[in-house]
Amino acid sequence: MYAFIVPGLLFFLVFAYLPMLGNVVAFQDFSPFRGIAGSAWVGLDNFTALATDPEVRRAFVNTIVIATLQLIFAFPAPILLALLLNSLLSETVRRFVQTIVYLPHFLSWVIVIAIWTQVVGGDSLATSLLSLVGVEGFNAMGEAETFKILVVLQSMWKDVGWGTIIFFAAIAGIPRELYEAAAVDGAGGWRRTWSITLPGITPVITLLLILNLGGFLTVGFEQMLLQQPAVGADAAQVLDTFVYFRGVAGGQWGIAAAAGIVKGIVATVMVLAANRIAKKLGSQGVF
Amino acid sequence: MAAPTLSSPAGRARPHRPAPSRGRSRGTGRAPWEHETPPLVAALKAVIIVGISLTMVYPLVYIVMMSFAAPSQAHSGTILPTAFSLDAYRAIFRGDAVLQGLGNSLWLTVVGTSLSMVFTTTMAWGLTRTRDVPGARLVLLLALGTMLFNAGMIPHYLLIRSLGLLDSSWSLVLPGLISAFNMVVVRNFFMGLPRDLLDSARIDGAGEWRIFLTIALPLSKPVLAVMSLFYAVGCWNMYFNAMLYLNDASKWPIQVVLQQYVLAGVPLPGAVAAAEAPPPALSLNMAIIVVATVPILVAYPFIQKYFRSGVLTGAIKG
Repeated sequence: MYAFIVPGLLFFLVFAYLPMLGNVVAFQDFSPFRGIAGSAWVGLDNFTALATDPEVRRAFVNTIVIATLQLIFAFPAPILLALLLNSLLSETVRRFVQTIVYLPHFLSWVIVIAIWTQVVGGDSLATSLLSLVGVEGFNAMGEAETFKILVVLQSMWKDVGWGTIIFFAAIAGIPRELYEAAAVDGAGGWRRTWSITLPGITPVITLLLILNLGGFLTVGFEQMLLQQPAVGADAAQVLDTFVYFRGVAGGQWGIAAAAGIVKGIVATVMVLAANRIAKKLGSQGVF
Repeated sequence: MAAPTLSSPAGRARPHRPAPSRGRSRGTGRAPWEHETPPLVAALKAVIIVGISLTMVYPLVYIVMMSFAAPSQAHSGTILPTAFSLDAYRAIFRGDAVLQGLGNSLWLTVVGTSLSMVFTTTMAWGLTRTRDVPGARLVLLLALGTMLFNAGMIPHYLLIRSLGLLDSSWSLVLPGLISAFNMVVVRNFFMGLPRDLLDSARIDGAGEWRIFLTIALPLSKPVLAVMSLFYAVGCWNMYFNAMLYLNDASKWPIQVVLQQYVLAGVPLPGAVAAAEAPPPALSLNMAIIVVATVPILVAYPFIQKYFRSGVLTGAIKG
């Protein structure tokens, strides 16, 4: 059996756990040319530098705002869509719609942004159509003020369909007898959805919410990186893009790694807290 | 009067249809008491669903149409181009960049997906017997841990750098070799295989490799299909790692090519240098988007039937 396990184990040790040790550069004035052994140790200097850096503050605020918007709008969207599709009577129509709405999930962010640029960007389909009714120069892809809403809409376009897959599985697991009994007792469609379907999929919703909180501060890195040139760093700088621009592109490895560590700690705390709250509320939790 | 057992005219007039009254046997999976949607609600549902579907599909259709539009119609205001032209495709394939990008992505997808499947399935099989293989449970926990904790971008970059993989195509394959999530999905599927079958093979003296190759894998086609699709899509769509690790433009996968020429607006070498009038930038952009998307659109219908087989849900619960 070990012949099966060892290659995979080596992979995880080298490509997942070894890099965790590499985070020590957060405590160094690191330069790749001197290496970890040759770089000077600076204690917590990088972390204190982070705390006073206005760009970190901006990236942090942007991250929190976008993550919160995603949680409010993008997270429940697949649940609503799943309930809606589940209420369709025709199996054929439902499968057809499922096939369509799953598709955007498989397109890369580069393709998604390129498509959106052609449809609602400057000199796009939407620009031309709106100019017919007198609105000139429409460019949804270049407005810094509405960028955060745009980001959420893009995420929903890409993933709302795919997100339903898990809720469909959960709905399918609800015993049909419950619906029959409720119908006999006179419960209508809305009442059955509210009192049977929703409670039935609550464990899955809780589970996904907890897993989502772990990625709360990870708000579509490629999506942000690709659109920063169009809307500017004020609107599109998030923690991940900060790490990239400051570290890999800017050469301040220590500070960037420190930002990555802070983000990782916050994510871990949020998962543990959400898990505890879920258990307090009577749900199972993840661990 | 004794009740007539013959079918009376009255009985004909009120035909009883056993199949609809049972509902669930009709294939819709619905009981009759669920057929009570008021027309207004039904219409509203239809509008919402058609709206959502069009929002997903029309942009794709628009891109494909415009990529084939004749230069005279290739501007943003055309909703339904009528004149057909292949100029845009001729132009983007005139230079090396797009062809090279497609070739690199093809290599990455084939090599990356194959290696990922080999290592994912073997590891998953190795971890099916956490009870009687000492240490296996610890390895499983280590793998699961990577789903919660990620070392971050900087250490990963430094690792690739110190392995000497910068500017090597392997820097795109190796870091994503095994996805812990996919591995656990496959493992759960393996765990659900009939134990009697595996045990009797063991009693007959079959080795682990033989059981794995001749019993476990052939019985796991649905999950293998879905996982291959996930890995393949991940490889084909790879953008950021390529941008991070590869400076050499001749090694760029198609996504980076697309980003450079369509989003960042770098002029496509070769496409405009031709003697005759070059096609409008709009059609060029559309054509590049289409060639980057088509492989996904082609593979999708073959795989999507497996999504319903429930292979994905086991993992989330496990």
